[in-house]
Amino acid sequence: MEQKKYWKGLEELHNTKEHQETVNNEFREDLPFEENESLLNATTPRRDFLKYLGFTTAAATIAASCETPIRKAIPYVNKPEEITPGVPNYYASTYAVDGEFVPLVVKTREGRPIKLDGNDLSSVTGGASSARVQGAVLGLYDAARLRYPTINGTETTWAELDKQVGAALSAVGSSPVVLLTSTIISPSTKKVIAGFQTKYPGFRHVTYDAVSYSGLLLANEASYGKRALPAYHFENAKVIVSLGADFLGTWINPTEYSKQYGVNRKIDEKKPEMSKHFHFESMMSLTGANADERYTHKPSETGAVALALLNALGGAVSAPAIADKRLAAGIQKAAQALKAGQGKALVVSGSNDVNVQIVVNAINNLIGANGTTIDWASTVGYRQGIDGDMVQLVKDLNAGSVGAIMVYGVNPAYDYYDAKAFAEGIKKAKLSVTFNDRKDETSELCKYAAPAHHFLESWGDAEARTGYYSFIQPTIAPLFKTRAFETTLLTWSGSTTTWEDFLKNEWLTQLGGQEAWDKVLQDGVVEPATAPALGGATFSGDVNSAAAKINSAKKGGKLELVLYEKIAIGNGKEANNPWLQEMPDPITRSTWDNYAVISNTLAKTFDMQLGDDYEINADKKVLKIKTNGKEISLPLLILPGIHPEVIAIAVGYGRNMNAGKAAGGVGKNAYPLVSFNGQTFDYFATEATAEATGEKYDLGVTQTHNSYEGRPIVKETTLEEFIKNPKEVNEDREELKQYGPDFRKDGTLYPDVHHYPGIKWGMSIDLNTCFGCGACTIACQAENNVAVVGKEQVVKAHEMHWIRIDRYFSGDENNPEVVFQPMLCQHCDNAPCENVCPVAATNHSSEGLNQMAYNRCIGTRYCANNCPFKVRRFNWRDFNGADSFEDNLYDVGGMNDSLTRMVLNPDVVVRSRGVMEKCSFCVQRLQDAKLTAKKAGRPMKDGEAKTACQTACSAGAIVFGNVNDKESRISKIRNEEQTNRMYYVLEELHVLPSINYLAKIRNKDAEPKAEGNHEEHHEAAAKHEA
Amino acid sequence: MYRRVSILMRKHFVSVLVLCVGMIASFSARAAGDPTKGKALFQQNCASCHNVHKQLTGPALQGVEERWSDKKLLHQWIHNSASVLASGDAYANTLFNQFNKTSMTPFPNLTDGDIDDILSWIAQESKNTPTDAKTTGTTTTTSGGEEEGGNGLLFGIITLILAVVALILMQINSNLNKLASEKEGVATPEPVPFYKNKAYIALVIVLLFIVGGYFTINGAIGLGRQKDYMPQQPIFYSHKVHAGINQINCLYCHAGAEKSKHAMIPSENICMNCHKVISDYSGPQLFTAEGKKVNGSAEIQKLYDHVGWDKTAKEYTKPGTPIEWTRIHNLPDHVYFNHSQHVVAGKQQCQTCHGAITEMDEVHQFADLSMGWCINCHRTTKVQFADNKYYSIFEKFHEQVKEGKIDSVTVEMVGGTECQKCHY
Repeated sequence: MEQKKYWKGLEELHNTKEHQETVNNEFREDLPFEENESLLNATTPRRDFLKYLGFTTAAATIAASCETPIRKAIPYVNKPEEITPGVPNYYASTYAVDGEFVPLVVKTREGRPIKLDGNDLSSVTGGASSARVQGAVLGLYDAARLRYPTINGTETTWAELDKQVGAALSAVGSSPVVLLTSTIISPSTKKVIAGFQTKYPGFRHVTYDAVSYSGLLLANEASYGKRALPAYHFENAKVIVSLGADFLGTWINPTEYSKQYGVNRKIDEKKPEMSKHFHFESMMSLTGANADERYTHKPSETGAVALALLNALGGAVSAPAIADKRLAAGIQKAAQALKAGQGKALVVSGSNDVNVQIVVNAINNLIGANGTTIDWASTVGYRQGIDGDMVQLVKDLNAGSVGAIMVYGVNPAYDYYDAKAFAEGIKKAKLSVTFNDRKDETSELCKYAAPAHHFLESWGDAEARTGYYSFIQPTIAPLFKTRAFETTLLTWSGSTTTWEDFLKNEWLTQLGGQEAWDKVLQDGVVEPATAPALGGATFSGDVNSAAAKINSAKKGGKLELVLYEKIAIGNGKEANNPWLQEMPDPITRSTWDNYAVISNTLAKTFDMQLGDDYEINADKKVLKIKTNGKEISLPLLILPGIHPEVIAIAVGYGRNMNAGKAAGGVGKNAYPLVSFNGQTFDYFATEATAEATGEKYDLGVTQTHNSYEGRPIVKETTLEEFIKNPKEVNEDREELKQYGPDFRKDGTLYPDVHHYPGIKWGMSIDLNTCFGCGACTIACQAENNVAVVGKEQVVKAHEMHWIRIDRYFSGDENNPEVVFQPMLCQHCDNAPCENVCPVAATNHSSEGLNQMAYNRCIGTRYCANNCPFKVRRFNWRDFNGADSFEDNLYDVGGMNDSLTRMVLNPDVVVRSRGVMEKCSFCVQRLQDAKLTAKKAGRPMKDGEAKTACQTACSAGAIVFGNVNDKESRISKIRNEEQTNRMYYVLEELHVLPSINYLAKIRNKDAEPKAEGNHEEHHEAAAKHEA
Repeated sequence: MYRRVSILMRKHFVSVLVLCVGMIASFSARAAGDPTKGKALFQQNCASCHNVHKQLTGPALQGVEERWSDKKLLHQWIHNSASVLASGDAYANTLFNQFNKTSMTPFPNLTDGDIDDILSWIAQESKNTPTDAKTTGTTTTTSGGEEEGGNGLLFGIITLILAVVALILMQINSNLNKLASEKEGVATPEPVPFYKNKAYIALVIVLLFIVGGYFTINGAIGLGRQKDYMPQQPIFYSHKVHAGINQINCLYCHAGAEKSKHAMIPSENICMNCHKVISDYSGPQLFTAEGKKVNGSAEIQKLYDHVGWDKTAKEYTKPGTPIEWTRIHNLPDHVYFNHSQHVVAGKQQCQTCHGAITEMDEVHQFADLSMGWCINCHRTTKVQFADNKYYSIFEKFHEQVKEGKIDSVTVEMVGGTECQKCHY
């Protein structure tokens, strides 16, 4: 098959000289990394050297022969029956932050939560989780959390606070009390708020979402008479058209949609079919990167694209002409596919504009989505914020007409577009209370702070769709003197009931007894016995007036700006999370910062050399961007695939220092660039200017770390070609047959030294269902105590992630296709790293694991040099405090105070400086699964041993198991189900990896064979073989 | 008809007789119970509250069968004491009141046969005087080690004598050489004193290097190892008294050993299960390792102080505080060790690693807990290959066992000496 060229970055595409130099060095920096010149220039004569050597030997001997420390073992006074030290307990809970809904199972050890995973019992998310959900456990141990109630910043007691706030509330008089929260999906909390309302007649509850979906809510009201969000069913859609909705990454409830979307992206080789996904957007989003066909447009054209699509589908609207030919053709193609997929199609839009969403509703109505892929019978409670309400509130605040304002879970002083107005206004309220968990930008302005629990310390419930509930129960006693938000509200409304009792009573009456309640807490979810039928709705929107408004909207300028949420950071609420800060963004592969994303074409105008040394060096030119009278200076980052006239900036950065050690002062706040159009917030600007300031700024971009020097490691084909010739995608595997029928045996002169008498572990990764979301990276980090290294070290390519997701571009530089490939230790049976270790610290187990004995490792790094997959990570510094000398600690993210260290998994050792580490296939989990079987005296069941990455993957791209077991899923995939797509990376090297990949299949038209390319490839291949 | 039967009877008289006798014998053996099985059952189920010779939480069991009018009733009592009390049995109710109305834990799992086994052991044990317990199972130190030491000494002495003889012979040889040379008139150089002899000096240096190196390396290997570590504990808790004399099952207190990686130091509520009743120590005099006398009752009082128990009022009067025991067995952080793996899956005895714990008043670290010690055991210990169905996947080994090529499978053969079995 004709091999496409894949590239990680432009410098690889153009193969610049500097790029070649860097890829030749596994470790690109020269040693030592000292910034201090004087030390480097110091000379050490031989005699001095010997003196020091003698002294240190003697000192070490004396230090080592000191008495060993006395360790204490302190048992419980009265051991709770359910706790056995060393054995984890699991509790069901829910991640319901900002109106997202993810039912969870929380793993606790010795009473502290250490790992979150999706709850399989929920039919809404089906056990899916995301990077942010995986990382949420670290938020519990955040050192920046408020530890007690305060009045004007000084510590107080809850009794005193209750007294003072109570008095202040009754003094408010007739002016209204306003509760400002983000979306609340808890029915019981809503009841508590309703109870509070009866006490204070002028009460108003304002829901404000930092990144809002008001446009969609209002459009639904205009179209269907319901100000609600429907339940989307991507699993029923064979054709999906997304107009800028990043539903796999950030849109509404991405975990739920990833799970659904994954259903139709799996390939059954016997009957290959999959959904077709068109994507139209300005920036490249995670969802766009996964699309089969992707088209770019300017943000000012969003409405035009929607109208053109409606028009192409036969809707009687006047659509503006689309100038871009490729885009226009794409719209026609999408329309055809939608027509063909009538009743099995879905169009979603990420726009916050009411008119655009009305048009999208009209399209969905035309293609029969209502009742098939969109369910109006059970609407969802996610993301209920209405922008106009918030704007009105800020007006009222400034007019001084608000008596009391209480803020819970929102931070408008940071993320409101006119934060200054909000900050001015809140000062005018007679009473200001914050329930926020930290002294953030908004809390600073409030007189009273009544910090609420973290959700892992709380009780609660959450309603996803009508009748679908998930519950929250405490998994740890409150760490600080915090109090549940609901208890506080109950107290202030004169009730003596605690939130816990309130919730329990609510549910006892609904469920009918203690036994049912216990069962609910055990399962975590309550769902209807049979799923209710999907319901449609009658469209009654005024498309023509919406179209008219779109058509009369201002045309864009030369440069346009779009604001987006990053997968890991989201709206910035949980920004103080070192794991998430250091997670490379799936698209830009950058960590710890936000930046101005631009295309290569645009970069040229700022005098950047096309794909030159630019991407190799960390220092990027800084751009000053002006729009709507606001300006922001950010380093630019070139991303192939973004529209050439668009600058994209991520929100969620630029928090103040009170937000915490990890988030404070990182990046710039882009929320001020949001504007209000009179109805909703616009997360784009149609006119912007940019100029280079001449300054430079370091970005920690990981995309070109670990180069494969152009070796083919991803395989993909189109659905059409795959159906025609399923063998073609793997035809280069045929070449291996020249060595003999069994490449494993015949590909080498040496006898196979490893035997696997019992278990042989193996993993299969489906490139078709890997969306690149990064949940596995964070799950692995949480499970295996992987260190956070900080931006400076990332710049030096010292990041520690055991599983990274390589992002490859292919095709046209301006409209590239993207493939994500999770890369982790391949546990080769003929591992190149094992042979070169001088101390046998890395060796092979009888279960096929490539073992790493940290305490034997002396840090020669030969293994990393010899690893063709570049998956070995070296501890350049003491990131974990594992060294004997405290001063060696290098802790950038604040991961090492005694509070945060509680998140460490006690079954996995923390690695010290100078030690190599890498993926262990979660050996602690494998050992545990084996032991459980052994203790029960039965053979291990397939699926009993699961790796952390596998559990975290929402689409089930990762399958793991015992290859020796012929009945296991992994054996079936390799030998029966996916024989055509299954391949090993760099198989020709005969390193015999234990991980196989399944080739990616894109559901697009087969490309015309380009003969020129073909020859070029062969030449390259020939060169390579030589 | 009768005749034929009687003839048959006569014909087979002997065999029938043997059969009958056998049946009776087996029956009586069944009724009497198996004392060895009984002992194990007793330790598992009863020992935490009962002793044969003296009263603990429950009454002393010596002569228990005589005290109960009906054996059936006794069985019922053990299965579920509440039902006997409810039936209004006089003895049962007196007993109940005598023990502060503490009801006995029901044992519905024990079969009648099990109870007979236990009773038979109690009957057997009753004949032994209590002091016997002290002498049973005293250390039988293997004399092999000493013999080896004796040999070593012998060889050392012989080596020394031979070395001296060699030295003398060398001296004589050199003197004779010297005399011979003198006789022949060859001038000999002035003899160098031995302490200036370069050959000697070199030899001594080499010897010092080897000996010094040996001790340095051994010392270095031993760094951080704590074999025989016996710290003083906040309470003089004697394993000998509890696990030895009173034969309480190890797992009663160290319940985690079956379930978890930690054996678990029991929480104080476990202690109080028995010590609510036992407030005075009446066993043999206890001594510390230094030979100081220990007042057992005072040590129990220390426990009460920790848990806040008032022994006269028989109730908790203060909130409890945990006891800070000094940890004896310390593994480095980079070692993963799981008790349940060894106890449940490996069916190892506690004593294998912890030594004769039932004879230790104060516990010391028995094994050096070094990696070599672990590995050596893994090399020689056999896994429950045939019994544990987990190992059914090791088809190759099963075949080899069947063919007789190997007779058993060691831990090492199933990967038990690989790095990532303990280090991750």
